[in-house]
Amino acid sequence: MSSESIAWLAPQAAGRPLVDKLHGWVATVDHKRLGILYIVYALFFLVIGGIEATVMRIQLIRPHNDFVSPQVFNRMFTMHGTTMIFFVAMPLVFGFANYLVPLMIGARDMAFPRLNAFSFWMTACGGLLLYFSLLGANGLYGAGNAPDVGWFAYAPLTSLAFSPGHSTDYWTVSLLVSGFGSIGTAINIIATILCIRCRGMTLEKMPLFAWLNLTMAGLVILAVSPLTAAQIMLLIDRYLGGHFFDTQAGGSAVMWMHFFWVFGHPEVYVLVIPAFAFASEIIPVFSRKAIFGYPVMVAATICIAFIGMSVWAHHMFTVGMSSSANTFFVLSTMAIAVPTGIKIFNWLATMWGGQIDFKTPMLFCIAFLFQFLIAGLTGVMMSVAPFDWQLTASYFVVAHFHYVIVGAILFALFGAFYYWFPKMSGRLYNETFGKLHFWLFLIGFHLTFDFMHIPGILGMPRRIYTYEPGRGWDVWNLIITIGVLFQGAGVLVFVGNLLWSYLRGERSGSDPWDAWTLEWSTSSPPPAYNFASLPTVRSRRPLWDLKHPDDPDWKYE
Amino acid sequence: MTAPQPIWVLPARGPVGMFGLIAAESAIFTIFVVAYVFYIGKSQTGPQPKDVLEAPIFYSLCLLSSSLTIHLAVKALRDGKGRSFGTWWCATILLGATFLFGTFSEWNRLIYREGLTISTNLFGTTYYSLVGLHGFHVIVGLILLAAVMAFILSGQVRQQHAERLDVLSLYWHFVDTVWVVVFTVVYVIGR
Repeated sequence: MSSESIAWLAPQAAGRPLVDKLHGWVATVDHKRLGILYIVYALFFLVIGGIEATVMRIQLIRPHNDFVSPQVFNRMFTMHGTTMIFFVAMPLVFGFANYLVPLMIGARDMAFPRLNAFSFWMTACGGLLLYFSLLGANGLYGAGNAPDVGWFAYAPLTSLAFSPGHSTDYWTVSLLVSGFGSIGTAINIIATILCIRCRGMTLEKMPLFAWLNLTMAGLVILAVSPLTAAQIMLLIDRYLGGHFFDTQAGGSAVMWMHFFWVFGHPEVYVLVIPAFAFASEIIPVFSRKAIFGYPVMVAATICIAFIGMSVWAHHMFTVGMSSSANTFFVLSTMAIAVPTGIKIFNWLATMWGGQIDFKTPMLFCIAFLFQFLIAGLTGVMMSVAPFDWQLTASYFVVAHFHYVIVGAILFALFGAFYYWFPKMSGRLYNETFGKLHFWLFLIGFHLTFDFMHIPGILGMPRRIYTYEPGRGWDVWNLIITIGVLFQGAGVLVFVGNLLWSYLRGERSGSDPWDAWTLEWSTSSPPPAYNFASLPTVRSRRPLWDLKHPDDPDWKYE
Repeated sequence: MTAPQPIWVLPARGPVGMFGLIAAESAIFTIFVVAYVFYIGKSQTGPQPKDVLEAPIFYSLCLLSSSLTIHLAVKALRDGKGRSFGTWWCATILLGATFLFGTFSEWNRLIYREGLTISTNLFGTTYYSLVGLHGFHVIVGLILLAAVMAFILSGQVRQQHAERLDVLSLYWHFVDTVWVVVFTVVYVIGR
């Protein structure tokens, strides 16, 4: 961008009417604006998905409760799962990748800016389609209703005979559409990282954030595409009378399970690898040490991605696979704990002997470490097929995967919000309210999900809308629901803190954390062109080199 | 910056993006191929593949040779031979269209003479979706090739565009390669 056009943009930005500003957001191809669109969109759905979870928890607070009907309860858990995975976690991950990857690798935008905008709007349309089902699912002749087939929508429940009307079709089409968006973004991230890094940034000098997002994008391509294929098959079954999952005509319901989980399990790694990426940037900065074992961290991540592609059928131990298949998936699932453990030790070694600064982002990352460890441990328990036969589809499983998704992924995401908020808004968040959010959410999380393991072990199945008294589940369900109050309060503090700080917060300057990656070398928020002149790097911590010319990193790497 | 800087070259974004798309498409096709192979011989009613399918060898050769013609076309453009570029490009479109006509006539025969539709049995479901998914990719490719043809006819394609057409030809090679897999699965293994 020439200096004239910069001068032309600046006065125009001051007094533009609201319509122009909105039009600017809708028509934008700037990776930073699209990143923020992704994030705001995801936060909106986070609140909706949270309300759905709250409805379920109110219904289950005591036995024989009748807060909602069984039908509504089915819709709530379906919409909660689908929303949280596809329209909260994925957009958040893509939003941060969009915003940060080009800045961290010293580029001015993503490799394909228009594809980027296209991908975002596809994802946005997917979310709208899912929620339009509330109005339009039954067409013109009746009231609409939301999908109620569960987030993995097992066949033959999704066939026309058992799911008449269009609610399942809205579910299918919304995932299909947002899947195209996800694949587009993944291609974009890969092309950006491989093709437009700044001068001197070889692959072994990239920030770990870029490495991990590269791996995540590769996994998205390999994992979301099978889901897309499976959704096309389901549409063929429902609209054209096909028989892919029609057991009456020789089709196989287990086929759908395989296709879904070939997506579903790598999806967990699609979400958790960016969480690793946040931790790998935040922990070193707040420990005042370079990351420990950079090459091993990269190798472990790629190892996790590879093994993560071959563990999907551990979701299916109870459908009666052959014993050799069961054994394979038991062993591969256990094997994935090894590279994951390596990463945890590396983060601990980064903190070891460092000057740890317990700011809010660091608090969230430390909680992430411990909670991810526990989530991994229950994961190893579940990987043992006989154990899984006892506890599959119980609240123990629900507690396990929420420990991963909330305890690890969401905590790391909250850390990322606080860490990069000054970069995105130009203002500091309020540290007191940040810490309040942390403690409220930590207490709420542990009340809900620690105690959720127990009714699972006592035999409480997932997805039931109510239960008999006197099974020993009552008090645990009460505690679980009380935890939701704390989590809800924490999220309110979080959103309030972001809004207040965005409007009134102290100016942060370009580098409030004394950090080392390139995004902190430009102003906050960065200008549309990111860098006035493209940087040249010589080490993994270019800003360290700049700040310490007498003792630069590149002498040692 | 006084010291002379080392040369800094990274891969071009076009081919990398296209390889990403090809990887995603390959995963989609893999799922359809797995479904096809898994359901071979599981149809509870006729018609069965061995009764109605004939290997479309001529049309397959047309599609495969279009890979060669598009390669020759882009090579001619890079060498600055505009006429020969246009001719090879046109040949590619014709060969692709011939293949599509082959699929059309096969489907026409299967639907109206043999009574096999997508809802008849598992074979129909898997056959029409796998071959149809590939046919859809041929159609998309033909639209893109035709768009380039329009630019050729209006004289807007120059030598420096060879890199972009390389990206398009990657896609076309992929469509041809997938046909080798589909052909093997549907007409060799599945029959």
